[in-house]
Amino acid sequence: MTIRRLQYRQALNEALHEEMARDPVICMLGEDIGSYGGPFKITEGLYERFGEKRVRDTPISEAGFCGLAVGAAITGLRPVVEVLYVDFVTLAMDQIVNQAAKARYMFGGKACVPLVIRAQGGGGRGNAAQHSQSLEMWFVHVPGLVVVQPSTPYDAKGLLKSAIRDDNPVLFLEHKLLYNTTGPVPDEEYLVPIGVADVKRAGDDVTIVATSRMVLFALDAAEELARGGIEAEVIDPRTLKPLDIETIIRSVQRTGRLVVVNEGHLTGGFTAEVAARVQREAFDWLDAPIMQVATEDVPLPYAGPLELEAIPNEQDIVNAARSIVY
Amino acid sequence: MKREGLSHDRLADMYHRMWLIRYFDRSAMEQYQYGRMRGTTHAYIGEEAVAVGACAALDHGDYITSTHRGHGHCLAKGGDPKLMMAELLGKATGYCRGKGGSMHIADLDLGILGANGIVGGGIGIATGAAYSADLRDSGQVAVCFFGDGASNQGVLMEAANMAALWKLPVIYLCEENKYAEFSPSLPFIAVERIEQKARAFGLPGLTVNGNDVLAVYEAVRQAAGRARRGDGPTLLVAQTYRIEGHTVGDPLTYRPKGEAEAWKSPERDPISRFGLYLVEQAGFAEEELEMLQRGAEDEIGAAVEFAINSPDPEVASLWEDVYA
Repeated sequence: MTIRRLQYRQALNEALHEEMARDPVICMLGEDIGSYGGPFKITEGLYERFGEKRVRDTPISEAGFCGLAVGAAITGLRPVVEVLYVDFVTLAMDQIVNQAAKARYMFGGKACVPLVIRAQGGGGRGNAAQHSQSLEMWFVHVPGLVVVQPSTPYDAKGLLKSAIRDDNPVLFLEHKLLYNTTGPVPDEEYLVPIGVADVKRAGDDVTIVATSRMVLFALDAAEELARGGIEAEVIDPRTLKPLDIETIIRSVQRTGRLVVVNEGHLTGGFTAEVAARVQREAFDWLDAPIMQVATEDVPLPYAGPLELEAIPNEQDIVNAARSIVY
Repeated sequence: MKREGLSHDRLADMYHRMWLIRYFDRSAMEQYQYGRMRGTTHAYIGEEAVAVGACAALDHGDYITSTHRGHGHCLAKGGDPKLMMAELLGKATGYCRGKGGSMHIADLDLGILGANGIVGGGIGIATGAAYSADLRDSGQVAVCFFGDGASNQGVLMEAANMAALWKLPVIYLCEENKYAEFSPSLPFIAVERIEQKARAFGLPGLTVNGNDVLAVYEAVRQAAGRARRGDGPTLLVAQTYRIEGHTVGDPLTYRPKGEAEAWKSPERDPISRFGLYLVEQAGFAEEELEMLQRGAEDEIGAAVEFAINSPDPEVASLWEDVYA
């Protein structure tokens, strides 16, 4: 197998090219995704290759084009929607939460909604409060939706292909600061299954569960911890819903200690959800309190020192791990 | 009244369907009052000509999206009253296996893409179905039923703009029934006539008498032809009247006394006036109309029997069909 190093953005672009070439009912809707190639260049070359009907440049109308995508999905297409910033999905919540997520159940199992909504989120670039959020938990809360958050180019490509082939509405959440990161991606076709976590680093002393860009911080933190003699196991769930809790619990049964890291806000967030599940299903295996590392409960600020303080970093993870490994 | 392309049998079928809708919704209100229904229900009584006229102008494979007041659209497009009534009673034999109730009936095989509990919720879906039909080059048309209240929802502007830009085969059919939930609609609409909104969306707008089933039929037939030719969407406003309240048990304190009575007169009531037309201008005998009416009444009676005698869903089905 030939392995290349690709950027996360290139891996996503490859996935879209391959899937659209494979299946003529796959189509795309979004702002500036056509001849411009997408504001983050994820859709480059698709418009030229597949034409304006399959790669629809839309007006700035998130509710409208997400609604169109739901209608297209239940009538035989497999739309992939790009929402420029995850913050803008707030404009399309009815379409996603009331229509896409519920059609199958409400109609007694007859509707199929094979829809992917791609959006990038996260902070760290000084985009301030309306362009930096991590809203994954809003969707994790809604039965009927699948939520995917890849952290590497390999996972990004393999999971996007799986998401497009999935018959459920999938929120595919990218991170703006991962687009330029690089990693190995095979030449050959492959898929990464939805709902399966990946152990990004093995270790026996503490389990660190991290998502999206926080996986990179967790891996750096693990190296720092190793220098002090603590071997951390880093698990990336990759899919937040359905969550592969078994992989997390198996690790906690070995390490007895858990740190959960997520860029969403602390209160009511992913770290709380994982902590609750683990204490319920693996209470007897825990040797220390579960530590939560998450974004402060404030809107994301603009100024560098303020934003840095708000979002978790490598040192926060190191400190959390050290505080429970004794 | 024009009736291009409508044979005696088709006219009879339209008349039958209008009665089917009226008896269905009368029964639905009764079932609610007997305590056999949960939640609430919204009656389409008085608006039958809109759904029946529109669906008579569509092909079997064409799409519709419906509203919270959706029983009429479903029956007009060929929905099975037995499965509908069973759904209203929350039974396992219902269209949605008891998961949806009155506001969420769909029959995808008939192109019925669902009633909708969100006012304006079908607008994006219908436009997307039209986009789908266009991309697949299938020749299908989508009709989006919505009310005068929903004409104020922002998604209409977004979806209609895209439909006009891309010449999608969709018909936005606004049922101007004079009320928006528990208020008269006109004090909340800044333009004089709803069809004027079409100009801003970049598509033709037309108002028809929504109590005249053949006028609705003809308007939808022309709009569908336009859509199928690739000439794009149309906004049709069918002026009608919501005889009943927003929901069952609505005290209707916001409605002027006598107003509903005037709309029930034989000259205005959509079924009576169509009956008069059929006898006077289309060669129908009174007995035939009575037979069609009685047939509809019997069919709804059988649907109620079927629903009452159907089993409740198994509790285990709670977990089914959350995901594909």
